[in-house]
Amino acid sequence: MRLFNTMMGIACALGLGALAATALAADPVKVGSVLSLTGGASSLGDPELKTLEMMVEQTNKAGGLLGRPVALVHYDDGSEPGKANVLVKRLIEDDKVDMLIGGTTTGASMAMYPLIERAQIPFISLAGALVIVEPVKHWMFKAAHHDRMVGQRVMLDMKAKGYKTIAMLSDTSGFGQSARKEMQNVAQKVGITIAVDETFNPKDTDVTAQLAKIKNTPNVQALFVVTFGQGAVVVTKNVAQLGIDLPHYQTSGVATREYIRLSGPAAEGVRLPAPVLMVAAELPDSDPQKQLSIDYVEEYEARYKTDVSSFGAYARDAWFIWTNAVKQAKSFDKVKIREFIENTAGLPGTSGIINMTPQDHLGLDVSGLKIVTIKNGNFVIAN
Amino acid sequence: MTQISQSPAPRAARSNTGRFIGLATLTTVVALLPLALPNAFYVDVAIRIAILAVNGIALNLLMGYTGQISLGHAGFFGLGAYGSAVLTAHFGWSPLWALLAAAAMTAVIAWGVARVILRLRGHYLAMATLGLGIIISIVLSNETAWTGGPDGMAVDSFSLFGVPLSGERRWYWVFGGLLIGTVILAQNLIDSPAGRALQALHGSETAASVAGIDVGRRKVGVFVLSATVAAVMGSLSAHYAGYINPGIAGFLQSVELVIIVVLGGMASIYGSIFGAVVMGLLPQLLAGYEGWDSVLFGLIMVVTMIVLPRGVVPSLTARLRSTRFGTKGNAPC
Repeated sequence: MRLFNTMMGIACALGLGALAATALAADPVKVGSVLSLTGGASSLGDPELKTLEMMVEQTNKAGGLLGRPVALVHYDDGSEPGKANVLVKRLIEDDKVDMLIGGTTTGASMAMYPLIERAQIPFISLAGALVIVEPVKHWMFKAAHHDRMVGQRVMLDMKAKGYKTIAMLSDTSGFGQSARKEMQNVAQKVGITIAVDETFNPKDTDVTAQLAKIKNTPNVQALFVVTFGQGAVVVTKNVAQLGIDLPHYQTSGVATREYIRLSGPAAEGVRLPAPVLMVAAELPDSDPQKQLSIDYVEEYEARYKTDVSSFGAYARDAWFIWTNAVKQAKSFDKVKIREFIENTAGLPGTSGIINMTPQDHLGLDVSGLKIVTIKNGNFVIAN
Repeated sequence: MTQISQSPAPRAARSNTGRFIGLATLTTVVALLPLALPNAFYVDVAIRIAILAVNGIALNLLMGYTGQISLGHAGFFGLGAYGSAVLTAHFGWSPLWALLAAAAMTAVIAWGVARVILRLRGHYLAMATLGLGIIISIVLSNETAWTGGPDGMAVDSFSLFGVPLSGERRWYWVFGGLLIGTVILAQNLIDSPAGRALQALHGSETAASVAGIDVGRRKVGVFVLSATVAAVMGSLSAHYAGYINPGIAGFLQSVELVIIVVLGGMASIYGSIFGAVVMGLLPQLLAGYEGWDSVLFGLIMVVTMIVLPRGVVPSLTARLRSTRFGTKGNAPC
């Protein structure tokens, strides 16, 4: 009986030990994310979350990272930057995440950053404005082209087409206003005059007043609309209603099929700079961005039965920037990972070939943005 | 108040004991709470609740006791926050002086505005304060050079006489202390002649003025007080969070404060604290039910207001009292 008890004891101890060991091995690496899943920016946040969930599953299927599984902890900031500030504290203090990806909007990313810097966790933002990486912030990186690049791309295309006087219509959101400022600077540099500079509220359901003013201003050669989401659709439809036949430019903020579907025939002929993702099939086979873009689009569309957008693709790129750094660092040490992210070199992503430096936490140039136009309800590379 | 023998005295004694018990309970909870909070995130939630509670109490003085609605109170909070942020960041002021200057500036603005808009009543007053709040938040998001625009701006940490105030635990004691201080001040104000004047003009402005109360002055006074408290809390919370954006002064924040007052109970100080606890905790508890959180939140609000129409604390106190004494009593707290 005594022997039996001893045996049982040993067995139990072994069992517990084994359990503890597996628990240690299976202790997942936590990626925290604050995204805008409801509210004004939800059309951006939704594909970002879907992509991150897909990436987690793919990584775990492939055996995890350095032998550890990966887990995603995410919260919705309701498109309110103030809420993002609270939620990121929760991710840092309560969930104890190892990495942060997210911040759908610029406001949210900037609201999160002071706490992230204090906690010293690498952070890749998915938002658009230049302020995220200029001046460089030690722990913050960026996956999406910023507004100045978008502006440069558009203005260069306008210049090549010979447009000298344009009208600009921007929304009053954080993105719209930050981009508007950048566009004004860029226009001055390339010698384009902004003859009309109108703004509108992204929640407006009608902007014909501003557009009528643009229509009635003489000598305007092109229209540049700086907005994203719902606002872009309203403007596009109003442009068609008023019969404005100026060349119509938008930003990469509308590089989604949803924009084309909602705008209908009104979107035909709109020109915009878009990540190559949207036109990957047209790229030459030798392009390193081609296959990975097509793979991402196919996996995403098969899994979610919905169209891909460039916002989800930013999340995909952020994920690969991180996993690439972890593999090189061969550890989950946050300081090391941050350094390896900062030195990401020649990593192809859907937005371009990523080459980061301590001075450049974005690592993309304008070549990753192609001017596309909408033809028969599809994005095609513009000539 | 030690010699109690006359007939009105028992009521005074009872309300005094009630006050003491309430205050002692609050102080105990504030003092012991940090022991139960496992990490900085929970401390952060507690701090945000304290901020909401102080703002709620200040607004309750205006709404619950005086009967004047304000749908733009977050605007004053924003003025305080941005006042501090701009003065420290662009002019290099010390945080304490910036806080005082921002509070004084807000008081002056509130005074100027109150003299005009407090002539209005009911829906018109609601509209005017609503407009005021919206104007403030528009100014904050458009003056990009000063405020950083919709992207917001970073705020330096608060330092007092060269000693920096940082870390959630330290801030917790600041906000906890402010909450207790606000409760004491509010209770004293309500029981003072000035406070009784406010409650009288809530009942009937005509009757109050017949009784010799300068209705206009009292209303302006409480409005300025309430706005200034909001501004001070705005300054401190800006330093605490380290980041502000125009959203903090937005319409939704004003509505949140109104919800705190109405849900917890009009003319109830502890009601405002309760409302703040609910508004601070519920979003965190519901954060896991993605997409459903707003629905659940709304549902809880609607059901509470149907079941407890006078607000949680007054309704429950009245119910408790009526079961204990068999009569319908009025909640004094």
